Amino acid sequence: MDPGKGGVGVLDVLRGVLDWFQDPSNWQGEEGLTNRLVEHLLLTGTATLVAVLLGLPLGIWLGHVGKGGLLAVNISNVGRAVPTFAVLTMLSIGPIGTDELGPYGRAGLATLISLVLFALPPVITNAYVGMREVDRDTVEAARGMGMEAAQLLRRVELPLAMPLIVTGVRLAVVQVWATATIAALVAGPGLGRIITLGFRRQDVSEVVAGALVVAVIALVLEALMALLQRSLDPVGRALRSSGSRVVGGEAPAPEQVTSSSG
Amino acid sequence: MVLSEEAPVGENCMVRNEWICPEYLTSRSDLLTDALVQHVWLTVVSVVIGLVIALPLALLARRYPRLEGAVVGTTTAIYTIPSLALFALLVPVSGLSAGTVVTGLALYSLTILVRYIVEGLHAVPADVVEAAQGMGYGARRLLWTVELPLALPSVMAGLRVAAVSTVALTTVGSIVSYGGLGNLLLEAVNTQFKPQVLTASVLCVLLAFAFDLLIVVSQRLMTPWTRARAV
Repeated sequence: MDPGKGGVGVLDVLRGVLDWFQDPSNWQGEEGLTNRLVEHLLLTGTATLVAVLLGLPLGIWLGHVGKGGLLAVNISNVGRAVPTFAVLTMLSIGPIGTDELGPYGRAGLATLISLVLFALPPVITNAYVGMREVDRDTVEAARGMGMEAAQLLRRVELPLAMPLIVTGVRLAVVQVWATATIAALVAGPGLGRIITLGFRRQDVSEVVAGALVVAVIALVLEALMALLQRSLDPVGRALRSSGSRVVGGEAPAPEQVTSSSG
Repeated sequence: MVLSEEAPVGENCMVRNEWICPEYLTSRSDLLTDALVQHVWLTVVSVVIGLVIALPLALLARRYPRLEGAVVGTTTAIYTIPSLALFALLVPVSGLSAGTVVTGLALYSLTILVRYIVEGLHAVPADVVEAAQGMGYGARRLLWTVELPLALPSVMAGLRVAAVSTVALTTVGSIVSYGGLGNLLLEAVNTQFKPQVLTASVLCVLLAFAFDLLIVVSQRLMTPWTRARAV
């Protein structure tokens, strides 16, 4: 790598990347692709699970009782303005430190906490908005049919709010994956370390190989979550099976509460 | 990184490595200003380039509805790629330069902006467009004097999201040494220098809010009709 100068041939880079993947030594050991991939997947799975367990009940409950709208909007705005890198740095040189955390690797705890913090806003706000946007007439009709609060929640509100609830989880997964990449900047765990290692060794092939793995898996996760979302949308499913065109399609609308990817 | 034993050499908060340290602000004000200035220009240039590219893309998507799915799908895909990976993928093309960071950040901005502009144009009332066409407005005049002004609130909402996100993402540019305040963060990771971490982090958040406020105020100035002619 020649700092400050680009212009390496694309074919040379591709060949270098292929060679990198074929070299078994790049897969082995603590700094190898296999270990980093396991760390990254473990971090993503754990953090998403924690964020869903904490955030979904809160968002659904707030939406059900109709309170906390301002809170929901504010946390998503603040979440967007606070850089992932800054939070990770503060946690890792602060009280939490960079100790090894079992299979989660160096600075595992600081990374996990940042991941959960960044996954919570989309989970909470989308669950809240999803619950609030359930058609009031439908809710009234269900009440008129004699449904109890618990029945109403389980059989009417939750199924109708499901598309946005899943959108929140989907955004959280993508967000967590991205944030786990940034952990490399504080010498933390995950696939980002392949990229930073490549930068340190001035090895463009390694930088690009690491980035490709991160990017491709991010896209796969997004696609899988989009599929999951499709299968959990009762209205869309009904429309599709009756042959109607689904209004709005799969792409998230701007109103959906997103936060910046790391 | 091994943390060296703290020795009580001096009496100031920098030596004691305290989070809150006024001494740091005064003694390192040059360093902070330089980082802040770099952060501002990286953000502004990226968002402006993003906007300049997003506008024609959004118009294209509107003109050819078949393209809309492709445009929105591609932009979603780009947005999904983590910033560290995106910058890394650009390195073979643009090297360790500010161009790498600006290209990456402009891509993220444009993915946000395209969607908001498309949404804003869709929301222009059809009867207003028909009225203008009836008055003999051509396509170009219709766009610039009727449709875009009416889509402005949505465009500005997109600009707010893009600017605030870009301020946060710029910090990751420190991987190629163009990260504005992020450079100070990366440096402090190695030295474990707490006042620098807190100061740079707080400045990042303040900068994001400053951009947000600036866009809100200019939107009010640019759309006087939303207040003057309340229906």
